[in-house]
Amino acid sequence: MERIIMNGNSAAAYGAMLSRVQVTAAYPISPQTGIVEQLADFVASGQLGAKFIMSESEHSVMASLIAASESGARVFTATSSQGLALMHELLHWAAGARLPIVMVNVNRAMSAPWTMYCDQSDIVAQRDTGWLHVYCEENQETLDAIIQGYKVAEKVMLPVLINMDGFYNSYTTEPVIIDEIEKIDRYLPPYDPPVKLDPEEPHTLHGGTGPHLFMEMRYKMWQAMEHSLTVAREADDEFGRIFGRSYGLTEAYCCQDADLVLVSAGSMVGTLKEVVDDYRSRGEKIGLLKIRYLRPFPTQEVCQALASARQVAVIDRNVSVGMGGVFWQEVRSALYGSNGAANKPVLGFLAGIGGRDVTPESVDKIIEMARSNPPQDVPIWVELKV
Amino acid sequence: MREPIELLDSVPEQELLSQGLYSCPGCMAALAMRLVLKGMGPNTIIALTTGCWAVIDGPFPYTASKVPLLHGAFGTAASMARGLRASLDIQGKEKVQVLAWGGDGATFDIGMTALSAAAAYNEDILYVCYDNEAYMNTGGQSSTATLPGVQTTTTTEAGLTGVRKKNIVEIMASHNIPFAATASVGYPHDLLKKVQQAIALKGFKFIHVHTPCPTGWRLPPDEGAHIARLAVQARIHPLYHVLDGQRYVIDFDPQPIPVEEYFSTQRRRLKPLSEKEMAWIQKDTDRRWQTVVNRSKEAVS
Repeated sequence: MERIIMNGNSAAAYGAMLSRVQVTAAYPISPQTGIVEQLADFVASGQLGAKFIMSESEHSVMASLIAASESGARVFTATSSQGLALMHELLHWAAGARLPIVMVNVNRAMSAPWTMYCDQSDIVAQRDTGWLHVYCEENQETLDAIIQGYKVAEKVMLPVLINMDGFYNSYTTEPVIIDEIEKIDRYLPPYDPPVKLDPEEPHTLHGGTGPHLFMEMRYKMWQAMEHSLTVAREADDEFGRIFGRSYGLTEAYCCQDADLVLVSAGSMVGTLKEVVDDYRSRGEKIGLLKIRYLRPFPTQEVCQALASARQVAVIDRNVSVGMGGVFWQEVRSALYGSNGAANKPVLGFLAGIGGRDVTPESVDKIIEMARSNPPQDVPIWVELKV
Repeated sequence: MREPIELLDSVPEQELLSQGLYSCPGCMAALAMRLVLKGMGPNTIIALTTGCWAVIDGPFPYTASKVPLLHGAFGTAASMARGLRASLDIQGKEKVQVLAWGGDGATFDIGMTALSAAAAYNEDILYVCYDNEAYMNTGGQSSTATLPGVQTTTTTEAGLTGVRKKNIVEIMASHNIPFAATASVGYPHDLLKKVQQAIALKGFKFIHVHTPCPTGWRLPPDEGAHIARLAVQARIHPLYHVLDGQRYVIDFDPQPIPVEEYFSTQRRRLKPLSEKEMAWIQKDTDRRWQTVVNRSKEAVS
């Protein structure tokens, strides 16, 4: 085991290398480019025995990975924002084809206007493609999520999308533990799919399908996604036993006796933890719920964590224009009709859109606004300059 | 160069397509696949992009293909083939051939960037484009493989103000790939020979197979092969190949027929062309042919 200071992009590249990916396809887009550059270095130096495909578009990246996965290879890529959007068609294809592809998205707001700064609007727009969605707070978590991602994906045969926040994670250096490859190999054995493209045993995959079967295929996907809740919990527990680090599908921090629970996902959680500690040191009952999985949505964990809260404030770094933040909608939807957790104010805050900093002072304002019992049916824009 | 293979002097009896295809009667694209697979043999995986062939192979759980076949999204044949190649190579299966298969829409239009990239990286793939000169799977809309004068369902101006067919083999040869060729279902031995020549070479190979479409061209179902032969004889689709983007070889130098004679067999898909338009098309056809002839005479060291 060694500890290396690295940024989020490097951590993701290490995660892929330690997972012994066999094929990677790449296309540059900021702020993700560092990941595929480092993977190219790993391949060029022989540290990673993989094939590196330099593609001419993100659409082709995913098409190449789909085919590589269909023929039995473990595959990886990373993208961002417009690139992720260009892949959209093939994200559905990869999930429908039931392929255990793992991809990192380094988020970035969607243009127009032209921008390259952090927000999660790119990835939440891919919520319904049938991939598992994991949001990471820090660099070690991103590395570990990739290794765990293959473990889960190859069991349920669904692809996994891992999100890190652009700039806040991708370009921030932190100490990251690199475990021995032998230990990782024991956790993550080689990929060996039951069906693959092989002339020794020919199959035709994904031929035209009509209404008599399509719905059942989608139901199978649904079942796999439901099952992935259990598989992800188990994979995380096993990871914890072997490596001493586990994350849960959510992380409830000081929630049990909280009057107000803040809810968020991604790098902002680090700031929120500091603020919660600060309020707690003054005896104020503030809690924090970090959501790691957007899909499958961990309804059980979320309801449990919010059961005793009198008030909930969801802070979204994305906006579904016309409704509000996506995590806000998800939390409200999970709580509605649940035993014990329903019928409490769930406020939606929009903060840090387009990469604006969310500082401890911003969070103070959120808490202050929450305590003033604002309207619950519309999102509240934080530190808006209008 | 791979290990030399013995070129066949007859069409192999081995069938790698089953009967019961979901093609229209007289489908030349189906015949093209049948012939190409005979040339490639069973140690092949097909990367198939959207188009007529996504239907021809049959709906799940049926399949006509006796070799592994991967259906994929529109325009992704070349990208899928790159992924297959990488995956097979890393697993030590270098001897498995990868066949990328797409129609003219998938190749000339939506898959063009992916195709160009696969060629530029000289991936060890054979890409075959079956060209029926429009989006036939969706009922015959114009592609950039559509000839001037053809009235498709989306043609607003047939004739010289409309689309002019891309010269796809020249585009591919410009990537300096080992092998870029035209072929025709009307000349099966030539097609088969080219498939064999192609798979003997390592790197990116491209074959542009002309497959007249009886349904889309509003011809009787038994007319396809005959029309394909006329296209070659009119030099609308001359048969030649280009090695390494440099060495031009003419495979068949027929006694030419006028383009007008070829067009006269397809009145139902063509708008009536003016004398001026007809003259332009003939001149353009002659110019393209002369370019190939000139290049075939150039000595390449």
